[in-house]
Amino acid sequence: MGIIKASKLVFEYIRRDEEGNVDSIQTAVDHVDLDVNEGDFIVILGHNGSGKSTLAKQLNALLIPSEGTLWVEGKDTKERENVRDVRRTAGMVFQNPDNQIIASVVEEDVGFGPENLGVPTEEIWKRVEESLTSVGMLKFRRHSPNKLSGGQKQRVAIAGVMAMEPKCIVLDEPTAMLDPNGRREVLSAVHELNRKKGITVILITHYMEEAVDADYIYVMDEGKVVMEGLPKEIFSQVEELKRHRLDVPQATLLAYELKKAGLPLPDGILTRQELAEELERCYVNYTK
Amino acid sequence: MSIILNNVSYTYGEGTAYEMQALKNVTLKIDDGEFIGIIGHTGSGKSTLIQHLNGLMKAVSGEIYFNGRDISEEDFDRKELRTRVGLVFQYPEHQLFETTIFNDVCFGPINQGFDKNEAGLRAFEALRMAGVPEKLYYQPPFDLSGGQKRRVAIAGVLAMKPEVLILDEPTAGLDPKGRDEILDLIAGMHRAKGMTIILVSHSMEDVAKYVQRIIVMDDGQVFLDGAPREVFKYYEQLEKIGLKAPEVTYLMHDLKNRGMAVDWDATTVEEAKQSILKLFQ
Amino acid sequence: MLRDITLGQYYPADSPVHKLDPRVKLFGALVYIVSLFVFRGIFGFLLATIFLLFLIKICQVPFRFMVKGLKPIVILMVFTAVFNLFLTPGKQVLFHYGILTITMEGVKNAAFMLVRLTYLIVGTSVMTLTTTPNQLTDGLEKALKPLSKVGVPVHAVSMMMSIALRFIPILIEETDIIMKAQMARGADFEEGSLIVRAKNMIPLLVPLFISAFRRADDLAMAMEARCYEGGEGRSKMRPLSYRRMDYGAYLLLFSYLGGIIALRVFL
Repeated sequence: MGIIKASKLVFEYIRRDEEGNVDSIQTAVDHVDLDVNEGDFIVILGHNGSGKSTLAKQLNALLIPSEGTLWVEGKDTKERENVRDVRRTAGMVFQNPDNQIIASVVEEDVGFGPENLGVPTEEIWKRVEESLTSVGMLKFRRHSPNKLSGGQKQRVAIAGVMAMEPKCIVLDEPTAMLDPNGRREVLSAVHELNRKKGITVILITHYMEEAVDADYIYVMDEGKVVMEGLPKEIFSQVEELKRHRLDVPQATLLAYELKKAGLPLPDGILTRQELAEELERCYVNYTK
Repeated sequence: MSIILNNVSYTYGEGTAYEMQALKNVTLKIDDGEFIGIIGHTGSGKSTLIQHLNGLMKAVSGEIYFNGRDISEEDFDRKELRTRVGLVFQYPEHQLFETTIFNDVCFGPINQGFDKNEAGLRAFEALRMAGVPEKLYYQPPFDLSGGQKRRVAIAGVLAMKPEVLILDEPTAGLDPKGRDEILDLIAGMHRAKGMTIILVSHSMEDVAKYVQRIIVMDDGQVFLDGAPREVFKYYEQLEKIGLKAPEVTYLMHDLKNRGMAVDWDATTVEEAKQSILKLFQ
Repeated sequence: MLRDITLGQYYPADSPVHKLDPRVKLFGALVYIVSLFVFRGIFGFLLATIFLLFLIKICQVPFRFMVKGLKPIVILMVFTAVFNLFLTPGKQVLFHYGILTITMEGVKNAAFMLVRLTYLIVGTSVMTLTTTPNQLTDGLEKALKPLSKVGVPVHAVSMMMSIALRFIPILIEETDIIMKAQMARGADFEEGSLIVRAKNMIPLLVPLFISAFRRADDLAMAMEARCYEGGEGRSKMRPLSYRRMDYGAYLLLFSYLGGIIALRVFL
């Protein structure tokens, strides 16, 4: 069993009227199966309202499944006594950088998690330093979060999770509110944690560019996993992605359009380097 | 009709420890019916610039002329200016406050001094223009999806019938489909009504696809100003100020370097496609 | 505009005042406030001034920065001064016109009130500028710990305070933006009678409350995700324990207060 495993996971938002009778039931996650191996970089794609955030919150036991089972490192998230272990194993970073930083000084915020876990003081400081270093924010340790850019704030939030020494980080649209530079900063920090420290990453996003380097992609729509596979497999299905309110990176779209117009290009081109090489090959063959 | 900025400068917190010059001698002319994109990294002065265009901020030095009149003049009606130059802020859905969508959209026209009937008519028209489904008009705005809320907020500005519409990152936080829908909506208004549109964006791809003219801001100054093809020719300079050209522009340069005679200043997927296909005919 | 408020902001530096235990600083601020209302006469005033100047000197926060904190309360100060100036009865009348009378005592009172208020703000800002809000609340929590035995939720209250301090600047900025966004829709926050103006605040207040609730919701979730379960079982990044310099500071504070009282009693 992988570090995270979900079997027929269902989550329903139940609305009740004033008397407590059920008013409406909305199924946000609908029979989802997941199996994530330790050290993987997983991307979950989906448009706003596709149920991907609800799924993310279950990975951290912030929401408990209505049906089905979710195991984080073999521990069922439904059991109350597992909650703390689940949250230590799978840390979570949220969308809005301002609304997850608790302290008014960077290093104090990073120390918040370890404090909650009752880590001894000396060990906290060691962890704070290490995790700030791992996201390249050590030199801002005494700064106020208010003076940082969006990308820097998100890196502080990631450090705050890293200080709890998780095996896995779940990031729920961490770049949705950032500018392109901030987005790059956060993404490269996350990739580095995955590469250097072997942290399992589950990145939830609707930016297609962020999924190109993933080990495996899940696409969600209406609470269900509607596509899954390697980036190449997913991005070769341009029409299918568009049906789920998503798109593809520009290079992939152009390759797809050219192929449709008759050029002999392979499926699933992800980067412009690949496309340039393939086009050159076509061109050489053509001019011969 | 036009907006002219002559040597406009603005400084935040003048005389304090946090003094920062946000605009430095900006000179610009915005003509009637243009579709303009403003790009620049965070802190380059974009937001400060657009708040000057509708008189929300007052230049420290320099003049701004709206249709030939200096807006800093004593008897110039700046409240009216704000209704003629509509500004949609970032995440505009955060400003919704009324009990129904319809009432919220009426807020602008009522502030303009129109009676309930006229305000209502304008609200209807604006909601229709923004593509809000009619069955939602009397719902509270807070239950809508993100994309719908944003349409309502845009309608709230459209209801004042502005001649110029400025939008500060109208697609922030939306998913790809939601982004395309909003941008198509804006482009449609430009086409159908000939409205002057100024779009602040972080996405080079979006700007290249939609606008006719790009203004690049850096360090409070106009760094480049021209058609997308012209501006993105300078992609190396753009990188130096923390920006980029659209992906396809890089691809076309790459192809050209590989000895393929493509149109190397193409900026959109469609242009690139046509140019590459020409090679194979 | 609203951003100029420095009260409650931390100024990072490595001064001896920064290093003091927050409890000492809390107590110190209290002592200083008391002293301002106790002192009398020119010597008391002199002692309070010397003490304040000494603090400003050693805390390594630029003087300019502290004075900025005075700006938002200028109106309050002027009001207090005017009030004292005209409404203090006295024998020595300096100026008289209709119902307006200025007496020598009034001038004195107004001057002292102005000095007191200024010293109060600058003095307490020495504390807030040299102590992070978290340290401050830690200090409060520990100082008030005995109260939790009688059922006062000391930890919860101090956590609330530190979160409030973190979010005040964010909400101020947000107010600024919403205000501008509504002004772009023709709203007017400046004109009209008091009632009209109060009514005009609705388009500002409703979005602000919604946003504050959304933030609170997000934050609660983020805290839960980081295993926050209340004060039980938490360790401390900066466990509070007095060091030699803290005792020194207490000694200094007591001698200062003693001096002020002595000056009042004996002079």
